[in-house]
Amino acid sequence: MALIPAPVIRFYHRMASPPHFYALTEKLMPWLVAIFVVLLAIGLYGGLYLAPPDYQQGDSYRIIYIHVPSAWMSLFIYVMMAVTGAIGLVWRIKLAEIVAISSASVGASFTFIALVTGSLWGKPMWGTWWVWDARLTSELILLFLYLGVIGLYNAIDDKRTASKAVAILALVGVVNIPVIHYSVEWWNTLHQGPTVTKMDKPSIHVSMLVPLLVMAGAFKFYYLIAMLKRAQLELLQREPTSAWVKKIVAEQI
Amino acid sequence: MKPIRRQRLILIVLMVAGIGAGVGFALKSFNENLMYFFSTSDVLAGKAPPDRLFRLGGMVVKGSVQRPGDGLTVHFKLTDYSKEVAVQYTGILPDLFREGQGIVANGKLDGRGVFVADEVLAKHDENYMPPEVKASLKKQAASKPIE
Repeated sequence: MALIPAPVIRFYHRMASPPHFYALTEKLMPWLVAIFVVLLAIGLYGGLYLAPPDYQQGDSYRIIYIHVPSAWMSLFIYVMMAVTGAIGLVWRIKLAEIVAISSASVGASFTFIALVTGSLWGKPMWGTWWVWDARLTSELILLFLYLGVIGLYNAIDDKRTASKAVAILALVGVVNIPVIHYSVEWWNTLHQGPTVTKMDKPSIHVSMLVPLLVMAGAFKFYYLIAMLKRAQLELLQREPTSAWVKKIVAEQI
Repeated sequence: MKPIRRQRLILIVLMVAGIGAGVGFALKSFNENLMYFFSTSDVLAGKAPPDRLFRLGGMVVKGSVQRPGDGLTVHFKLTDYSKEVAVQYTGILPDLFREGQGIVANGKLDGRGVFVADEVLAKHDENYMPPEVKASLKKQAASKPIE
């Protein structure tokens, strides 16, 4: 444990304390919202207005500014959920459990958006709304995993037990993440191969790439906002009788 | 780290590794079924089922698209840059269908080795660029001496 510097450990311990977490996220929230709004405005303006049309698809390709960041977020949030779930399982830290379950519904929404926008684009471009190729199918399984996590959590009344069950389910499903990412390389799929995360340089023109990355940043901040808000609520619901919650409630009234 | 925590951590790592290995083997053994389409070389090598519907993927050969008769029937050739297969299709083609474009067709082989498709999907490539860049790339390619 000597590998980790003392201040990091101290930060970690303080973040694990619910009142401290609540106060800190409350303070951070306006900043997160401001950054999100600015990034979103820049990303949308850049993507929908400044970026040039594609040489083949014309303006229809612009759906990637929603589709691709959503798809990235669906994978990123799942990994977050599995990692915090594992931390909760091993160290029994209540906040890790809460972050894990608060991530689930945000991740499910992003997965749903990625599937729907992909389908809307697929109809005119591929000629079909849906095909059962490896990429689309594994992404659909990801949506079911998220829904399973949410359903399982709500099915168990004791929330500490529910968190353990959910963490195990999330860890079982983590195997799907590399399958989704590499599906377009391992198998023939109708979905195109990776554009941005290729080992050599990305095969997207820089004027189109920059708004895409800005949008990806905006979506990351949206995730933080939505997840932290849910986590705060979950904390209040889990500890309704503790002194710090009573104090906050008293201040509000 | 306390022994009980280490034990739990090891258990989790083993679980994830075990499931990963299991799924890996399963996917490996279903590899053929997970392929969305056969390539033209596969078809000519006899790997595609002779009497069932299957999907054929490849690039539309430049200059091979012909529309005899009523205009809805299209004949073209698909290639994977080594072998070519002739395709016949009647119906509406997707926006991205053009010569040099990758497509996936669903159908079966008739007796003469022509692939009769009842569905044609365009496979988009992973390249995004403005029209001007594409034009200048073309110009560069054209001005390069052929080796």
